[in-house]
Amino acid sequence: MESNRHPTLTARAAGLIGCRACGRVSPGDTSVCPRCGGALEPDRNLSLQRVWAWMAAGIICYIPANLYPMLRTSTVATGTAENTIMGGVVELVHAHEWAVAGIVFAASVLVPIAKFIAIAALAISLRGRATMSSHRRHKLLEIMDFIGRWSMVDVFVVAILSSLVQLGYVVNIHPGPAAALFALSVAFTMLAAQSFDPRLIWEKDQGYPA
Amino acid sequence: MSSISSASATPPTLPPLETLIACPACDLLMAAPSLEAQQNCRCSRCHHLLYAPRRQTFAQVIALSLTVAILMIGAVFFPFLEISAGGIRHQSSIFDTALAFSEGILLPLSVVVMALIVVLPLLRVTLLLYTLWPLAQGRAPWRHARRAFRLAEAIQPWSMAEIFVVGAVVALVKLAGLATITLGPAFWAFGLLVIVVTVKDNLLCDWTLWKAIDTQR
Repeated sequence: MESNRHPTLTARAAGLIGCRACGRVSPGDTSVCPRCGGALEPDRNLSLQRVWAWMAAGIICYIPANLYPMLRTSTVATGTAENTIMGGVVELVHAHEWAVAGIVFAASVLVPIAKFIAIAALAISLRGRATMSSHRRHKLLEIMDFIGRWSMVDVFVVAILSSLVQLGYVVNIHPGPAAALFALSVAFTMLAAQSFDPRLIWEKDQGYPA
Repeated sequence: MSSISSASATPPTLPPLETLIACPACDLLMAAPSLEAQQNCRCSRCHHLLYAPRRQTFAQVIALSLTVAILMIGAVFFPFLEISAGGIRHQSSIFDTALAFSEGILLPLSVVVMALIVVLPLLRVTLLLYTLWPLAQGRAPWRHARRAFRLAEAIQPWSMAEIFVVGAVVALVKLAGLATITLGPAFWAFGLLVIVVTVKDNLLCDWTLWKAIDTQR
């Protein structure tokens, strides 16, 4: 079905409003979906405002999350050592654990930064002329929505290490403040991706102002 | 599935709203085809998966949800990992893992970790059981079933059991050279739980469920 080239009718153009949670169609002035009870938002600009707000919160937490220690390791032999997110990756590389170093680097560094850039680019693309097709931008948003939660992996690693490695005088691991900041940053960027209404991307395609 | 095309500026006369579906991703208005006979049904513009009706799966989702609940309760109380080095042993459960952050200022993170790996996955299956139980028997949905199912769907991205398992594997590799690690029953329970959750979420079709809530009275 080559519906891209044919004029198509969206719920909004028909004076109706569709529910993002369940797909039910309601008259345009409805504010609560009669089927699932979800909020229906006629003003989609609110979606973008939320995206920017959550993004800003995410970035504010992400920067100190990288500066403060994630882990504090104390051993009899070497005393106390502190590791930041990148420090943990470097340690794994030195131990020649390439696969795990890759996983941690992707989850803690690549994914968050890619997410900041991609979501900002998508939000900005709604204003001017987009260089990517709606299909590709929609796909990008779906990928960001899907992979964001995997960044939480490092927080769980810290939790497991510091609950397990409590070996009296031999070695002890304690969590650092970056764990909380990083968890917050992941949660905020997840909320940013969830707030992004993909219908904005398609609306632009049809010439309805965002 | 055919989209409704607007030939002119004036909107055509629309069929009853219950027979329409607006793509949750791109807002395209489509006539909801009959639930039977269709395989995976995608939006004709953005290819978002609208529904994969599997009406017979309500009972399977119930069974898998119960399995998740039982595995989770087991996983919380049995030992998760055990470490030994230099003659000292230390055992930790999933509960201890969440409590790793309970010292001082990081305390709220303990609550969050507990929620992400135990409470929200359990809450999600409980809400699904509540919604599906009467529907599977062809009866009217229980009170607040709509709210329960909407909440269950909203919780899904925050239920991070599978991410926790990957975290456990990373932690094991980090410790591999330092100490001897023994995997406890909770580790296997959690690994199995992740598989069951994935299968369950793939069987569940939310449009079919909404339709059942709408029509079974």
